[in-house]
Amino acid sequence: MDDSTLQPATEATVPVVKLDQAVAVLGHFPALAGASLLVQRGEIVLLRGPNGAGKTTLLRVCAGLVPIIRGEGSVLGLDLKTDREAVRSNVGMLGHQNGLYLDLTVAENIRFWGATVGATESETSAAMERLGVADRLAEIPVRKLSAGQKRRTALACLVARRAQLWLLDEPHAGLDAAARDELDVTLRAAAGAGATIVVASHELERAGSLATRAVDVVAGQVNGGEQ
Amino acid sequence: MTTTDSNPASVEVDPSGRFAGTGTRGTRILGSMTVVAMVWLVAFGLGFSPADRDQDEAVRIMYVHVPTIWVAYMSFVVTAVASGFYLFGRSKALGWDRLAGASAEIGTIFVAATLVVGSLWGRLTWGVFWQWDARLTTTALLFVTYIGYLAVRRLGGSHQQRARRSAVVGLLAVLLIPLVHWSVRLWRSLHQEATVLDTDGDIDMDGLMLFSLFVGVVAFTLFYIWLVLHRTRVMAMEDMMDDRGLDLALASRRAEVVPTQKLEEN
Amino acid sequence: MSIWRVACLVARKDLLVERRSRVVLNQVLPFAGVTMVIFAFALDSDAVLERVAPGLVWLATMFSLLVLVQRTFAIETDDGALDAMRVAGVDPRAIYLGKAMGLAIELLVLEIVLLFAAVILYRQTVPVDGIALLAITLLSATCGLAAVGTLYGGLAAGFKGRETLLPLLTLPAVAPVLIGATRAVEAALGTAGAVVSDGWPWVGLLLVFAATFGVGGSLAFGPLIDE
Repeated sequence: MDDSTLQPATEATVPVVKLDQAVAVLGHFPALAGASLLVQRGEIVLLRGPNGAGKTTLLRVCAGLVPIIRGEGSVLGLDLKTDREAVRSNVGMLGHQNGLYLDLTVAENIRFWGATVGATESETSAAMERLGVADRLAEIPVRKLSAGQKRRTALACLVARRAQLWLLDEPHAGLDAAARDELDVTLRAAAGAGATIVVASHELERAGSLATRAVDVVAGQVNGGEQ
Repeated sequence: MTTTDSNPASVEVDPSGRFAGTGTRGTRILGSMTVVAMVWLVAFGLGFSPADRDQDEAVRIMYVHVPTIWVAYMSFVVTAVASGFYLFGRSKALGWDRLAGASAEIGTIFVAATLVVGSLWGRLTWGVFWQWDARLTTTALLFVTYIGYLAVRRLGGSHQQRARRSAVVGLLAVLLIPLVHWSVRLWRSLHQEATVLDTDGDIDMDGLMLFSLFVGVVAFTLFYIWLVLHRTRVMAMEDMMDDRGLDLALASRRAEVVPTQKLEEN
Repeated sequence: MSIWRVACLVARKDLLVERRSRVVLNQVLPFAGVTMVIFAFALDSDAVLERVAPGLVWLATMFSLLVLVQRTFAIETDDGALDAMRVAGVDPRAIYLGKAMGLAIELLVLEIVLLFAAVILYRQTVPVDGIALLAITLLSATCGLAAVGTLYGGLAAGFKGRETLLPLLTLPAVAPVLIGATRAVEAALGTAGAVVSDGWPWVGLLLVFAATFGVGGSLAFGPLIDE
């Protein structure tokens, strides 16, 4: 692709996420009302806060999906105001929706997502193995899966993509205990391999043990986000 | 106020900081000129110019019909050019977007006027309100296309999002017009040849009729410019109101902190 | 990854979804068939039907186009897959071309079925010397329709509750295709004494239309689906 003149910064000194008084609106509602957040490479940051506090919007802003209309922001050194497209290919996001094709099987979904970003067949298979969707589940249409199985499939798609920044919105929701442990192992491994993770979660003890740092998102702002 | 939008400098603000209106000295002079030109148009169109040999008194409709379609086409050209300036310019100035939007709104109204006036003329001259000929059909499709453009403008989102989306749709409309025209031309053409432009140099209109038409074009062009100036300023104010609304919304959003913290203390 | 490879992946995925879900086969095709039948109720005359049959085929195609476009983007928005593709940094031009190719193939099948319906219901005959013109007309008109439909379908898909925008934007834009394809098919079928040679200028129009909107659409799609 020819639009890749903008490269993400790889030096450890450049913060992975840097938001300064960022404002983002959904329609006319200011979901982010001046949020500041600084995330360094290799961190696992937990976003705490009540529903409607702006956690999801914060993640979508970091993914380059929602523009910031006031304030400043950058991800991996790429400006969120001008280079949103360049930001996207370097982040992986798992939101409320899984981004799966419900009529296709698990394997077809993961292969499709892997192929669009140029992952090899073995990388795709490895991702499926790691999330435990390689055997019994592989040939079942996603529509027939449980919520937890869908989420595991979506995570496998994310693993296949090798993103530098992972943005996870309530990743533990709907997973059974074994799947949660599996998820935590996957996330720690990803962080160990150099990925930076921002997690929004209600399940504080679970996500808290995973995270290296926790911040509170309240009323569209981040308390203690810049430490 | 820190906004992505550069505040419109052309809007008069009185010392107390409230808007005085969209009128300036310039628009008032322009407005007066428009009124004078319109009075001239009435005088020449209905009074001094003669009735036509073939079309009789119905020819007087031309003095409105031709200027309105002229203004409509001009306004769509302005929309396209302004969209292009917005999309390909470096500054991404919202002024271009507002000009494009204002021009399209006014152009759409003028196309509607053209269609109404034209079908009245058609009833008098051809005996029917509507003919499926190339120019009429193109104009009707143009009308619908720009209604679609205006609907896209109202989709919401931030001002820059609105500007980018509508600039793209505005330029696509320009791609479409020649294709529509080509297809309906191939399909059929019964319309009388363009009376003024298409003749090979010799103008077969009476001098006074031609002058009346000229007065009409001048009057409606002035009217268009006057309308665009006011409309862009109103749009600038609306955008400022949105920003002000955002300030209020931000303040109330930030105020949500208090009850939540109280809850946590309990 | 070249744009075309990703586009082919997207198109293949869409056709695979259709093979599994059979929504087009079980719902859109019957819908198109019903329109052909109710046209006959409205016109109520064999002679008129014979005369206007090519136009009715294309009218039924336009209506089905709107349904098909909504379906093809429902696949993407059901579970946030379009968002996921944007986050994955998939080139919007590739998404556009892929969706348009998938749509074009479905449309082409639909048009052939409708032509058969016209032969049976509206007493059309297909002369041998008109077959080449008919085939090229179908191909070029389909490309134009798919190009416009995908473009505005993507725009409307981004706004929940604003799907009504799709027909308003699409129908005026495809008017040249309706005119051109109807005249060309009339020439190919010899409706009302038309001869085959009358059809070729219309094919020119259809080809220029398809090329213009194919190129314009692939450039415009990115800004239009972006929030």
